[in-house]
Amino acid sequence: MLSRDDVRRIAELARIEVPEEGLAAVQHDLNGIFGLVERMRAVDTAGVEPMAHAVDLTQRLREDKVTDTDQHELFQACAPQVEDGLYLVPKVIE
Amino acid sequence: MFDHTLPELAALLHGGKASSEEVTRLFLSRIERLDPALNAFITVDAHKALAAARAADARIAAGEAGPLTGIPIAHKDLFCAKGWKTTCASRMLADWVSPYDAHVVERLDRAGAVLVGKTNMDEFAMGSSNENSHFGPVRNPWDTARVPGGSSGGSAAAVAARLVPAATGTDTGGSIRQPASLTGTCGIRPTYGAVSRYGMVAFASSLDQGGAFGKSAEDLALMMNAMGGFDARDSTSVERPAEDYRRDLAKPLAGLRVGLPKEYFTADLAPDVGACVIAAVDELRRLGATTVEVSLPNQALAVPVYYVIAPAEASSNLSRFDGVRYGHRAAQYADLNDMYRRSRAEGFGPEVRRRILVGTYVLSHGYYDAYYLQAQKVRRLIAGDFARAFAACDVIAGPVAPTVAFPIGEKSSDPVQMYLEDLYTIPVNLAGLPGLSVPCGLGAHGLPVGLQLIGDYFDEARMLQVAHQYQLATDWHRKAPPGYGA
Repeated sequence: MLSRDDVRRIAELARIEVPEEGLAAVQHDLNGIFGLVERMRAVDTAGVEPMAHAVDLTQRLREDKVTDTDQHELFQACAPQVEDGLYLVPKVIE
Repeated sequence: MFDHTLPELAALLHGGKASSEEVTRLFLSRIERLDPALNAFITVDAHKALAAARAADARIAAGEAGPLTGIPIAHKDLFCAKGWKTTCASRMLADWVSPYDAHVVERLDRAGAVLVGKTNMDEFAMGSSNENSHFGPVRNPWDTARVPGGSSGGSAAAVAARLVPAATGTDTGGSIRQPASLTGTCGIRPTYGAVSRYGMVAFASSLDQGGAFGKSAEDLALMMNAMGGFDARDSTSVERPAEDYRRDLAKPLAGLRVGLPKEYFTADLAPDVGACVIAAVDELRRLGATTVEVSLPNQALAVPVYYVIAPAEASSNLSRFDGVRYGHRAAQYADLNDMYRRSRAEGFGPEVRRRILVGTYVLSHGYYDAYYLQAQKVRRLIAGDFARAFAACDVIAGPVAPTVAFPIGEKSSDPVQMYLEDLYTIPVNLAGLPGLSVPCGLGAHGLPVGLQLIGDYFDEARMLQVAHQYQLATDWHRKAPPGYGA
């Protein structure tokens, strides 16, 4: 069972604000979901190879040549804040 | 005309009986008149649609028409379409206009299909009822107090209500098949890797697959012919020669072995739904198929496994929405971290936040092996069940959803109840197999029921053959919701 502190820690890792008054409801929902998931944890999987993907994949290699054109103005047009081709964020270093 | 299948519409268009502009205007006027009660569309652009229709008419006049040229379609609003809002039904992307086309959008555009609009959905494709949309729930045209299913609920409702002849969707855990079943439409989720995911906003990358809705198996085959095929821009696109998904439609079913998983016919299945599915299986027998009981012993583990793998991949994929490069940014914040936290809390709805939190936890230090790795191992067991079943049969048949469409609000307060809605569809996604839903009767309250057909890897043509032969003998797929038919 996840505690309130667990929920606070997960929310911080996920960078999603969960207000104090909303913690209990989120805790309740997450514990409900983990109750559902519990059934899977008891299965004996000794010697079973994890299945990461639906199909066996091999990475393809392509020719080493430029295929993309510079469209940064188009792609940055939808950003919240841009200046001189740079994304602006709050100051990180004083 | 709005009741026509794609080949019937194509015959009118290409035989000079109607222009694409006329057909497109007809569907646009239906959307204008009927969609306010359904909320199936997030964006409709009559100006763009009519321009595309006139271009299609020019192509038809020049003798360069393909099977979809001039036919109006809609895309689920997570397929990027250049110059169109692509919202994923999220506040996070409520105003985002895509600067590029998804592979599927490009392909259908090139085929001459006329894009009329983008359809409503559960936010970021997370949901089974289409109640998780920033733009409000979609209503089922069979009963507007009920859900159309999800997450591709807008596409399903739009096709069911004859607002558009065909539409795209995506299916990560049942998001095409379940709404198809609940709205009496046909929907196909192809084999993982058959349709490029390029430009399809990612939810759970090892499970997501694009597919289509239509009114018949042949409609699905025509959509797949345009959408399928290798694309180097998706690293999981499977390199195979292009195929004609219509090639086996006319073949009779004599000799076909249909597997019936015993775990799909238990007390979990509502009796009215079970009766329709069993009647459909009887019809397949009359058409020459034989049936054999098969077993998927790990089927009950599929929903638990899915709710580890899908949230884990979602938490990773959705970390890109940070309020920096695109999407919603909070108006007020103290510092960079606070900006991330608030932008994401404001931009994502409750179900998306919930899944990101679950995914973050199962991937976090100390829990990875117990949850994510264990889920991947059980996933292999589930895939193995199907491999054994397909040694004894050619196609698997069963229900799509345990009940007919449920009332709006009935399951929205309990996530786990909602998740269990997908118990018959999720195993297919975990294995990466193709599946489809075709209407096979009316259950409780006169609401549609879907028959699920599950095929072996890349055996879509056979699934479509079974569905088409069934539809030659029955007319459930011809039934429109009351008030929406011809």
